Amino acid sequence: MSEQAKNNQKMVIKLLVIVVGMFGFGFALVPLYDVFCDLTGINGKTANSAAVYTPIEIDESRTISVEFITRTNTGMPWEFRAETTRVKVHPGELSTVNFYVRNPANKQIVAQAIPSVSPGVAALYLNKTECFCFNQQPLLAGEEASMPMQFYVDPQLPDDISFFTVQYTLFDVTGKGDKLAVKENPYLREQPESGI
Amino acid sequence: MAHSSDTIAPEHTGAHEHDDHHDHHIPSGIKRWLYTTNHKDIGTLYLWFAFIMFLIGGAMAMVIRLELFQPGLQIVDPNFFNQMTTVHGLIMVFGAVMPAFTGLANWLVPMMIGAPDMALPRMNNWSFWILPGAFLILLASLFMEGGGPSFGWTFYAPLSTTYSGDSTALFVFSVHIMGASSIMGAINVIVTIFNMRAPGMTWMKMPLFVWTWLITAFLLIAVMPVLAGAVTMVLTDKFFGTSFFNAAGGGDPVMFQHIFWFFGHPEVYIMILPAFGIISQIVPTFSRKKLFGYASMVYATASIALLSFVVWAHHMFTTGMPVAAEMFFMFATMLISVPTGVKVFNWVATMWRGSMTFEVPMLFAVAFIVLFTIGGLSGLMLAITPVDFQYHDTYFVVAHFHYVLVTGAIFSIMAAVYYWLPKWTGKMFDITLAKWHFWCSLISVNVLFFPMHFVGLAGMPRRIPDYALQFADFNKWISLGGFAFGLSQLIFLALLIKACRKQGEPVSSQVWEGAEGLEWEIPSPAPYHTFETPPVIK
Ligand code: HEM
Ligand SMILES: [Cu+2]
Repeated sequence: MSEQAKNNQKMVIKLLVIVVGMFGFGFALVPLYDVFCDLTGINGKTANSAAVYTPIEIDESRTISVEFITRTNTGMPWEFRAETTRVKVHPGELSTVNFYVRNPANKQIVAQAIPSVSPGVAALYLNKTECFCFNQQPLLAGEEASMPMQFYVDPQLPDDISFFTVQYTLFDVTGKGDKLAVKENPYLREQPESGI
Repeated sequence: MAHSSDTIAPEHTGAHEHDDHHDHHIPSGIKRWLYTTNHKDIGTLYLWFAFIMFLIGGAMAMVIRLELFQPGLQIVDPNFFNQMTTVHGLIMVFGAVMPAFTGLANWLVPMMIGAPDMALPRMNNWSFWILPGAFLILLASLFMEGGGPSFGWTFYAPLSTTYSGDSTALFVFSVHIMGASSIMGAINVIVTIFNMRAPGMTWMKMPLFVWTWLITAFLLIAVMPVLAGAVTMVLTDKFFGTSFFNAAGGGDPVMFQHIFWFFGHPEVYIMILPAFGIISQIVPTFSRKKLFGYASMVYATASIALLSFVVWAHHMFTTGMPVAAEMFFMFATMLISVPTGVKVFNWVATMWRGSMTFEVPMLFAVAFIVLFTIGGLSGLMLAITPVDFQYHDTYFVVAHFHYVLVTGAIFSIMAAVYYWLPKWTGKMFDITLAKWHFWCSLISVNVLFFPMHFVGLAGMPRRIPDYALQFADFNKWISLGGFAFGLSQLIFLALLIKACRKQGEPVSSQVWEGAEGLEWEIPSPAPYHTFETPPVIK
C-alpha cells in the first residue's frame, strides 16, 4: 500500500507541475499576444515610438486616403478632434495632421491617446515620425493645444488597400504612471485667460 | 444515499471482515459528512450540492423569465436583471453541472475500475468542502451595496474591470475557490484511474464513462489554471492599477476574450464529455447490445478534447479578426462536429436492431441524443463566420447553448441518476413520478428553448431585460415553458427525497437486465466499502 501511496504522490506532483505551468501560461499569453499582434499587425496597433524617415521614392502611381477619427473614452471630458479628417497621400510621402484638444475641466488632466488602425494590417505600413500618442499629454484647466502627427505610408502597402482609417481614443490617465508625462504640454496653443 | 451495509456478495467474502471493521468507525450525524473520506459519501455530497445549486440557479432563471414575460420593465430593475443572468450562468456551470459530474465520478469511477476508493481520499474531502464556501461568497455578494456581479458569466473586460462594483473582489475570490476545487477533483480522478485499476482492467477495457472522465480531468487541469489567471488579471486591473485589459495603459480588452475563451471553449467540453460517457453506458444496457465502435468512441473523445483548444475564437468572430483567422476558426470548429457526429452515429448504431426497452434512464438518454444533436446543429450554424455576424449575441446563441447544456449535460445527469440510483439506495425509485418528471421536463424544455431560435434569428438580443413588441408572443410562451420546466424539477426533488428515505422495491445487484460492468456485480445497495480485494476482470 505504501508503494501505492508513493506512486500516487509522484503522479500528483507531476500533475501539479502541469497546473502551475498552465497558470503561468495564462500570463504568458499576455506578452505572446502582443508579440503576435506586432508581427502580424492584426489588431491595428501602431508602433509606440517614432519611425525615422529616410527619403524614399514616392510612389505617385498610387493615392491612399487616410481618414482620422477621434473619440474620448467614457469620463474623459476633453474636446478632441482632428483638424483635417481626411488626407490623400502617395506612399512614401510625408504628411502632417494636427489634432485639436482642449481641457474644459477645472483641473489638470493627463491624457493618453491610443491609436487603432482599420483594416488592421495597414498598421504595419503606417510609419509615424512624430506623434502626440507617443507620450502622455497634460493640460491645465482650460488649456488647449494643437498636437501634430507626422507620418508616411510604406510603399509596400498591399495593393488592395487604398483607404484606411486611423482612430485615436483619448484616455484620462491622470495620476497613473505620470513619470512618462512631459511636465508641460509642448504643443500648447496659447495661455488660457486666468480664471478660465 | 450511501450507507453502511452488512450484505456482501459471496464472491467478496474475503473483504467481509474488513467491512465490519471499518463500519464501526463511521461517525454518525453531521460529523460523518464533514470528515468523510469515503468516495461514496463524497459522491453523494457532490450530487446533493449540485442539485441544490440547480434549484437556486433555477430560481434565478425564473426571475429572468418573469421579467421577460412581457415587454417593458416590470418586476426587477435592469441592474438586478443583469446580476440574475450573471449569477444564474455561474451557478449552473460551476455549481450544478460540474459538481454533479464530479459527484458521479466519485461514486462510479472506483466501482467501475475495481478500486476500493479514490486515490487521494483526504484531498477528496477538501475539494468538496471548499465548494459550499465559494458559492456562499458568490451568493452573499448579491446582497452587497451595489449588488453582485452583473457583467455576464463571461465577465468581459472592461465590464468587469472598469464598470463593475466592489463585489468583483468576492466574485474573483469565489471563482478561485471553485477552480481549486475542480483542479483537486481532476487530479484525484487522474491518479485514481492511472494507479488504482484492478489487475486486468486494461486501458481499452475501461468503461466509457471512465474514459470520458479521464480526458475531462486532463482538460480541467489544463484550463482551470488559465481561468484563475484571467480572474487574477481582472482583480489587479480593477484594484491594483495594472493594465492587462486597459488600452490606456497599453493593454487590450480584446485580449481578455482570447484568454477567457482559451479556457471557455474547453470548458464547454468539460461539461459534455462525461455526458457522452454516461450515454455510452446507458444505451447498450437498454438495447441489450455491446456499444457499437468502442475504440472509435475513445478516439473521438480524445480528438474532441484536442481540437477544443484551437476553436476558441468562434466566440469572437465579430471582434474584427483578420479574414484568415476567421476562416481558420470557422473550419476548425466545423471539424469538431466530425468526432461529435461519430458519437451520435455510434449510439444510433448501438440501438439499431437491439431489443430496446424504454426504462426511465433510457428515456432521458434517447431524449439526450435527439436534443443534443439539435444543439450541435445550431452550433454548426453559428460556426459559419458570416452568419454568426447576424446570430452573435442574440437568443439564437442562448437557444444553442441551452440545448447542449440543459437537454445535453443536464439530461445526461438525470439519466445517470435514474440509472445508478437503485444501485446506490438498493431500492427502485418511484417509476410513476420518474415518468412524470421525464415527460413534463421534455415537453416544457422544448417550449422553453425552441422558440428562442426564432426570436434570435429575428434579432432579439440576449442579456437585455426589455425587448421590442414584436417578440412579445414568443417570449410569453418561452416564459411559460420556463415556469413549467422549473416546476417539473420539483417532481424530481420529491422522487429523490423518497429514494433517500429508502422507499421502494428492493432491487437485485444487476438492477437492469442487460447492465454490464463491475458496479453491477456488487450488491445493491452498494456496500460502504467495495473492492477492498481487487475483483477478477474477465
Ligand atoms: C457541434 C458542436 C458545436 C459547435 C459547432 C458550437 C459552436 C458554437 C459557436 C460558434 C458559438 C458562438 C456563438 C456566438 O457567440 O456567436 C457557441 C457558443 C456556445 N456554445 Fe457551442 N458549439 C458546439 C457544441 C457545444 C457544446 C457541446 C457545448 C456545451 C456543452 C456548447 C456550449 C456553448 C456555450 C455555453 C456557448 C455560449 C457562450 C456564451 O457566449 O455565453 N457548445 N457554440
Ligand atoms: Cu466554443
